[in-house]
Amino acid sequence: MILMQGKGVSRGVTTGKLYFFKRVDTTVEQRSVDDVEAEKERVRQAQEKSIAQLEVLAEKCRREAGDEAAVLFETHAMFVEDEDYVECINTTLEDEGCNAEFAVQTAGEQFAAMFAAMDDAYMQARAADITDVTRRILNNLMGVAEGGIDSDEPVILAADDLAPSETVQLDKSKILGFATQGGSGNSHTAILARTMGIPAVCGLGDALKNEYEGRVAYMDGETGQVFLDPDELTAAGLKTKYEKQQEMKMLLQEMKGKEDVTLDGKHVNVYCNIGSPEDLNAVLQNDGQGIGLFRSEFLYLASNDYPTEDQQFEAYKAVAAGMNGKRVIIRTLDIGADKQVDYFDLKKEENPAMGLRAIRICLNRPEVFRTQLRALYRASAFGKVAIMFPMITSVWEVKECKRACAAVMKELTEEGIPFNPDTEIGVMIETPASVFVAEDLAKEVDFFSVGTNDLTQYTLACDRQCNDLGKFFDPHHPAVLRALKMAADAAHKNGIWIGICGELGADISLLPTFLAMGMDELSVTPSAVLPLRAEIRKSIAQTCDLKLLEC
Amino acid sequence: MKEFSFAVTDPLGIHARPAGLLAKLCKGFEGTTVTVVKGDKEAKASQLMKLMSLAVKSGDTVTVKVEGPAENEAFAALEAFFKENL
Repeated sequence: MILMQGKGVSRGVTTGKLYFFKRVDTTVEQRSVDDVEAEKERVRQAQEKSIAQLEVLAEKCRREAGDEAAVLFETHAMFVEDEDYVECINTTLEDEGCNAEFAVQTAGEQFAAMFAAMDDAYMQARAADITDVTRRILNNLMGVAEGGIDSDEPVILAADDLAPSETVQLDKSKILGFATQGGSGNSHTAILARTMGIPAVCGLGDALKNEYEGRVAYMDGETGQVFLDPDELTAAGLKTKYEKQQEMKMLLQEMKGKEDVTLDGKHVNVYCNIGSPEDLNAVLQNDGQGIGLFRSEFLYLASNDYPTEDQQFEAYKAVAAGMNGKRVIIRTLDIGADKQVDYFDLKKEENPAMGLRAIRICLNRPEVFRTQLRALYRASAFGKVAIMFPMITSVWEVKECKRACAAVMKELTEEGIPFNPDTEIGVMIETPASVFVAEDLAKEVDFFSVGTNDLTQYTLACDRQCNDLGKFFDPHHPAVLRALKMAADAAHKNGIWIGICGELGADISLLPTFLAMGMDELSVTPSAVLPLRAEIRKSIAQTCDLKLLEC
Repeated sequence: MKEFSFAVTDPLGIHARPAGLLAKLCKGFEGTTVTVVKGDKEAKASQLMKLMSLAVKSGDTVTVKVEGPAENEAFAALEAFFKENL
């Protein structure tokens, strides 16, 4: 077995023969010419032809990959006639008295170098666009056609790196995946591969050898692995992953864009749990209808010191804006217990799950809390943000949280910083105490969200971190489900909504029970949205019962 | 001549897509020059590559100058364009 490790930039598993992209040779030599005007005319014609080709390409792309990708080629067409670029070509022609090819290549190199030298990864990657446009003009000057795939069966396309126009004008029905030596997640090959849903691995370097041409390869665009002659175990693992992927794809096709509603018309909001703004893509791809739990801990866990208000604001804003007006519930800091952060200087505890954690830390350290609340309220101007407090046991805690919110809103008003004063506030129901006082809590907040993992551990007195509890740790225990029912009744009686953001939310076997309780929202990992939607759409809420609550 | 200032909020700044759209938009106002100024550097909207090389980022403030026969019409269109795309 040969394993090549690269960077997975577009997910998916595939297998097929490796085919190395053949690029036509466009080596350019400098020649002296007598008639500079004639060369200028040649450049003009090559430009016109290039623009026409790019317009066709843009149309093709708009049909296959959408508007976003098509605009790229329209921009390329504008590069072709860019004033400075054309002026550079003409100046070279006049000064050097040279051939059109040499002048075009010189201009291309010069502008690509300008972008490559810029202090910004995005702009650096644009050097490839200039090179791509230049190559197109050169091809037209020299009358050579683009390289394609000369194979009857679909292949995994291998290359040093692919230019965007090369990627898009390939016959997609013949491509199973991309494997490139260079490139990055920012490159157009990666972006286009993702929009077209073709697996891609880049950055394979020298491990990807030309001599592998024609050999059957297996690739995983998630892990960035490419295998030749995989052993049995690896092959079986890839096969399972492939089958799962096909199944999901079918479901995705069917369920995307559909409503989360039962056959008898009961709506459930299917939201997503995320841990950082990078997960947003997965939410959008899986058609999540909102964010039910955005764990703000990543900001604290990933840094060596308290994250600043601006750092937090940028992260919250990115998600709020990215969800485009759909609800984004952000949970305030929930560290302690199994999540420890050094710079908080927390004392080591015998029993951290019941120690100083989550909201208890925030209420003890008003400055830490204030920074986060300011960032949250500032982000509320950019989308439908909701704030959720974890580990609540008492009504006074909620009142104190609300006072902290009111103080922050007053500050922002005085500073003239925009925010949404009607930002929803909710609490997590994850302690038995919060269930018992749920009716009183409901009068203080806009929503409940049940954290079933902690609720189970506290209700059953079973440590989540302890692996030996086996049958004693039962999330389906009637006591846990009755607690859910009590919280749901308290919420509805007081006119607020309730959801579940723990792992149980995605547990299809409990869906009828949740529907019978009247759960308004289920927040699950992005990949679970569509399977859950499929199940909801098959259900009839009115016939669901609470049998599982019986012992 | 008319001009306005604009604080860019798009996370990528004036990147390829809005720069291209801007160039396309400005082509429509014949004889009218649109210039984007950032600090001591500037580029005309028609100079696509140079405009991108200004490296205008989220948080930067640029000045947009419009001069020519269609400046009133262009001014309104550009203000709307910046708000919408940047």
